[in-house]
Amino acid sequence: MTAAASSARALAADIAIDVHGLSKSFGGREVVHDLSMQVKRGTIYGFLGPNGSGKTTTIRMLCGLLTPDSGEGTCLGYDIRRDADRIKRQVGYMTQRFSLYQDLSVRENLEFVARLYGVRDARGTARDMIKRLGLNGREEQLAGNLSGGWKQRLALGACTLPNPQLLLLDEPTAGVDPKARRDFWNEIHALAADGLTVLVSTHYMDEAERCHEIAYIAYGHLLAHGTVDEVIATSDLSTWTVSGDGLNALAAELTGKPGIDMVAPFGTSLHVSGRDRAAMEAAIAPYRDREGVRWQHGEPSLEDVFIELMTRATDNFQ
Amino acid sequence: MSVPSDHSRDARDPPFGFWRRSYAMVVKEFIQLRRDRVSFAMIVMIPVMQLLLFGFAINTTPRHLPTAVLLQEDSDLARSILKAMENTAYFRFTREVHTVQEFDDLLLSGKVLFGVEIPRGFERAVRRGDRPALLVAADATDPVAAGSAMSALGMVVQTALQHDLHIGDPVALPFEIRTHARYNPAASSRLNIVPGLVGTILTMTMLIFTALSVTREIERGTMESLLSMPITPVEVMLGKILPYVLVGFIQAILIIGIGVLLFGVPVNGSLTLLALLSTLFITTNLAIGYTFSTIAQNQLQAMQMSIMFFLPSILLSGFMFPFAGMPVWAQYIGEGLPLTHYLRIVRAIMLKGATLPNLQYDAIALLALMLLAMTIAVMRFRRTLD
Repeated sequence: MTAAASSARALAADIAIDVHGLSKSFGGREVVHDLSMQVKRGTIYGFLGPNGSGKTTTIRMLCGLLTPDSGEGTCLGYDIRRDADRIKRQVGYMTQRFSLYQDLSVRENLEFVARLYGVRDARGTARDMIKRLGLNGREEQLAGNLSGGWKQRLALGACTLPNPQLLLLDEPTAGVDPKARRDFWNEIHALAADGLTVLVSTHYMDEAERCHEIAYIAYGHLLAHGTVDEVIATSDLSTWTVSGDGLNALAAELTGKPGIDMVAPFGTSLHVSGRDRAAMEAAIAPYRDREGVRWQHGEPSLEDVFIELMTRATDNFQ
Repeated sequence: MSVPSDHSRDARDPPFGFWRRSYAMVVKEFIQLRRDRVSFAMIVMIPVMQLLLFGFAINTTPRHLPTAVLLQEDSDLARSILKAMENTAYFRFTREVHTVQEFDDLLLSGKVLFGVEIPRGFERAVRRGDRPALLVAADATDPVAAGSAMSALGMVVQTALQHDLHIGDPVALPFEIRTHARYNPAASSRLNIVPGLVGTILTMTMLIFTALSVTREIERGTMESLLSMPITPVEVMLGKILPYVLVGFIQAILIIGIGVLLFGVPVNGSLTLLALLSTLFITTNLAIGYTFSTIAQNQLQAMQMSIMFFLPSILLSGFMFPFAGMPVWAQYIGEGLPLTHYLRIVRAIMLKGATLPNLQYDAIALLALMLLAMTIAVMRFRRTLD
């Protein structure tokens, strides 16, 4: 064995997902372009991006549901092109749309999954999972009749039941109430603490901030990645927070001014951001002394950064 | 315009509202229909193809029926009689056999519908004026196929012989034609129809059970999570087919039971053999339905494919019309349908008391069709969402 091969293996032990140059087109439209990413084992990796940015396609390529047009890589040390069967045995995939059997009961769905993965005591395992999910008393209810929050818990239960090493969650909290969302994230942190790697796609900024690392994807391009602080720091965005009266009028005046890239109302205040610090200072100078408003230099929020990345991506790739 | 009046106008049904909404719905349906190319093609294909196919293939007064000859005497008279029979266009001599055993086996297995036996010393007996018997045995399980040839036999042979031989009395034949309608002496069509219905009903129910199975998973969105789990195409297929083998078996018992108890159809052969081959037939149909399911893109297409398969199964298998009466090309299509083989099997076992060696060919054909369908299904099954 060469030194390079053994060090590669040692590296693979720490890295759950390692892919390079993934591309995928549907009907001539490139949905994912030259995407590379690395996810360390035991981390919660947030996958962010607007609708149609290629998040779902990327996740499907990782678990063997789609074949990449080009690019290669490994998932849990297995080649994503050749070893799809092995990957499937150790990966739990929670689809964006509820995809368990609506006409099976909670218990029957879980037992089905347990049997597919060859779990020895399917009934017992399903029973334990029902208890863990807090679905006691609902085990005989048809999955199709569960509310959104319970469906999502059941789906998470189904994909963690075979004890996977990696969880791929595709917008798991879409359409779920805040309480259920919080419980869900607590569960995910508990799973990660046990050594599970979690890749989770989401729209929600507060969820992004609960991830160890995040990646931002738009129009099939991976635009930024790192910890939340790193992503904000590398954005080069300077932001001012404006509070006071007449903010609606002020927002209308500021929008589109050269040097100002973004004006967004945040509750009772206004976030004004620009990529070019000097140009922006010049643009806001005439409004700084306006009566009744207070300007304050602030940190851009993650949302500011993402929206800015997205508008920049629109200019570049659309 | 003021806001309130705007609101009140919105709340009222606009003029021709009913027609506008219906029109919107009609436009939407047409667009969807146009997008579904296969369904669109089927709209034209089903009527045209089926009409051409069945219009040319179906013949209720069949001719050129396969006939075996047991020739125990090679005389000029015997040759002339056979030629005369062939000239009637009802009979086509496909086999010449030398023992009674072979003769019976051919009839049992359904390879021939008629058998003509010319006994030893036939010509001498005729010349002596003994009026010997010419035996014509018919497989009467299908009374339609056998009937017209049987009824025409005496007359037609007589005229043909007179023309050919210039011998004997113009009024009476110098020999006797003894016809023997085997297996169904009363020519009861019920005896033919009821076993046939076993196969027809099973074809329809089995196809429907599996034809929607894969498209249903895709349309309900459950396919995505199924594919993300470690299951192989063969496993999916077996899981989809096996439960219905049991269902089909119960149906077969019901239909055969009613046939025996209510319609008085006999089971002359082995029940075990019937059960075994019925199970094979059920599985073959389930496999074909499942194959459609892997090819179709939606449930409508799967249903249409099933109908495309079911209609020829009824019309070209020998269920409705005599198989032997169809043109050769239609018979080739028929050989590709499981129902054709099963009809021979179920009629032979129930009415003729046939055994496995008699039915070897049809059993192997069913097995081959099943394996072919399963191979296509496994190959067609998409393991990814590409």
